[in-house]
Amino acid sequence: MTSEKENGENAMESALSSVANSAAQSRRTPGTQAMGVGLEARGIHAWFGDKHVLDDISLDFWSGTVTALIGPSGCGKSTFIRTLNRMHEFIPTAAMAGEVLLDGKDIYAPGVDVTKIRLKVGMVFQKPNPFPSMTIAENVLAGLKLAQIKVDNKDELLEECLERAGLWNEVKDRLDAYGGSLSGGQQQRLCIARSLAVRPQVLLMDEPCSALDPGSTLKIEETISQLSSSMTIIIVTHNMQQAARVSDYTAFFLSDGGPGSMIEVGPTGEIFGRPKDKRTENYVTGRFG
Amino acid sequence: MSTTPLAVKPQKPWQATPRQRVTSAVVYLSSVFLTVAIVALTPLAGKLAYFFLFFAVLIVVDFIVHYIRLGSAAAKDSIVRTLVAAGITVALLPIISILLTVFNRGRRGIHWGLFTHDMKINSVNDPITQGGLLHALTGTAIVVLIALIISLPIGLLTAVYLTEIKGRFTRPIKFLVQAMSGVPSIVAGLFILSAVVYPLTKSLNGFVGSLSLVILMIPTIARTAEEVLLLIPGDLREAGVALGGTQWRTVAMVVVPAARSGLMTAVILGIARVAGETAPIILLTGGGDAVNLNPFSGPMGSLPFYIWKSFAVGTEESITRAWAAILVLLVIVFFLFITARVLGERKRK
Repeated sequence: MTSEKENGENAMESALSSVANSAAQSRRTPGTQAMGVGLEARGIHAWFGDKHVLDDISLDFWSGTVTALIGPSGCGKSTFIRTLNRMHEFIPTAAMAGEVLLDGKDIYAPGVDVTKIRLKVGMVFQKPNPFPSMTIAENVLAGLKLAQIKVDNKDELLEECLERAGLWNEVKDRLDAYGGSLSGGQQQRLCIARSLAVRPQVLLMDEPCSALDPGSTLKIEETISQLSSSMTIIIVTHNMQQAARVSDYTAFFLSDGGPGSMIEVGPTGEIFGRPKDKRTENYVTGRFG
Repeated sequence: MSTTPLAVKPQKPWQATPRQRVTSAVVYLSSVFLTVAIVALTPLAGKLAYFFLFFAVLIVVDFIVHYIRLGSAAAKDSIVRTLVAAGITVALLPIISILLTVFNRGRRGIHWGLFTHDMKINSVNDPITQGGLLHALTGTAIVVLIALIISLPIGLLTAVYLTEIKGRFTRPIKFLVQAMSGVPSIVAGLFILSAVVYPLTKSLNGFVGSLSLVILMIPTIARTAEEVLLLIPGDLREAGVALGGTQWRTVAMVVVPAARSGLMTAVILGIARVAGETAPIILLTGGGDAVNLNPFSGPMGSLPFYIWKSFAVGTEESITRAWAAILVLLVIVFFLFITARVLGERKRK
């Protein structure tokens, strides 16, 4: 596993320095590349009760990149990203082992304020879930209220977040309408805007497009591309084309009946073009049995 | 559309044809006829005999007709359908009967003075146009309002504990809340009498009446609120927490507001549950005849007490008064239930 990780990192560096012909690389402006490791998962295991569902995942997420997690259902992708912002512990039977370092500090260390961690590591869920009792504007700013953050200019922040989520033009005239009045795709972008308002460093997206039609999916992907220059994005997806379109790096997870483990990680172009592992190749080419 | 005649007209081929309608009319009519004939030819008699015989005969006739026309499966189906119809009739008849009786007897005692006068200078035996319900209405309103102010936070917090915190005591508390909703109201009244009135206040007033209603109201509010909160998707809770909210702030700002209309229903059902409670009120409020707006001192009238007292006197005037008060109470409770339904079903825009 360690050697695989090193391979992955070497590959990442070479990918960053080369003028890769992948679409993901070409949209990154040179000045904003950078940047070191923002979030590091070290030897993550996870259990639900006695069931070991995740086996020793170590993965680094670089600032300013999009990492896609792919793999069949039940291989632990969602469980893994939920360990990254401590949502895993919401399931009563859950247990875990390992470290998650955010800016070098373990988010599971004793005495860490878990709400602060979730402010820094935001999350967008599979199903759009705007707060039904709130208007569009209130939804976007809900995080500030929930976390009791004071902001001087709320209107500016509101516009900025909706703009970054690619929703501003569609809703600017009806900010007082309820979130539920939007279409599914708009609701999901509203949820993205809501996550952005608390200015997270990392955004976790758990199959954000699985409930959406292709048109809305495209919009969300555009949003992801725009956001990726300023934050770390980790996206779980079952849609291989989506992983290829939006991500810089791809990690392939697989479970052979036991706990899920990471088979391979690397620049997206390599995972889809020249995967090192036969199982990865089978999965990304659709020959997965 | 209207200018060009359409070749195809919208139809509803699944509806009964005229022939089928005639058949079912014949089934019903022959059942009625047979019922009358059986009652005339046998020692059976009375409304109940007509009622049950009609359904028995209808089942047989309907079964035979369906068996001949459509076979045994449809015939068996028809039996169940008739039984269901009989069941709903049995359930509805008493309700309709009560409503009609209350309306018929109560309307004779209704006049505007009811809502502007109390019984300070009148006795229940005075002509119905003298005196009124004002003391009972204000008393019931005050007692129920105080009960609500105490019960709502307790009931709501219980529901939040059961649905959001899910601690170690969830199961026993759930059990207790359910058991409490079956507590007879007289027990609640006697409990307050022995736990509060005798050792502490040593006098009867509106407030101790409210305390007994609290015991009856909390389980209703807690259970309804629990059901409503359970309907709120877990997604919303996770979203709130993932935005950096603590559990308390997520519940207060996301979960409870999302359940607002349902919680309104819980409140109204709680009020409707206790508004007509009689036993603890008779025990505890002292039942005054004058308007008393101070729940902490002096006897306080209430609608159930007024009804009970008027019936107990037994003269024509007093009984008319009682029926009028029942009608007023029933209208209030009905109004509350309808409001609860409307609020519960209202769709957010």
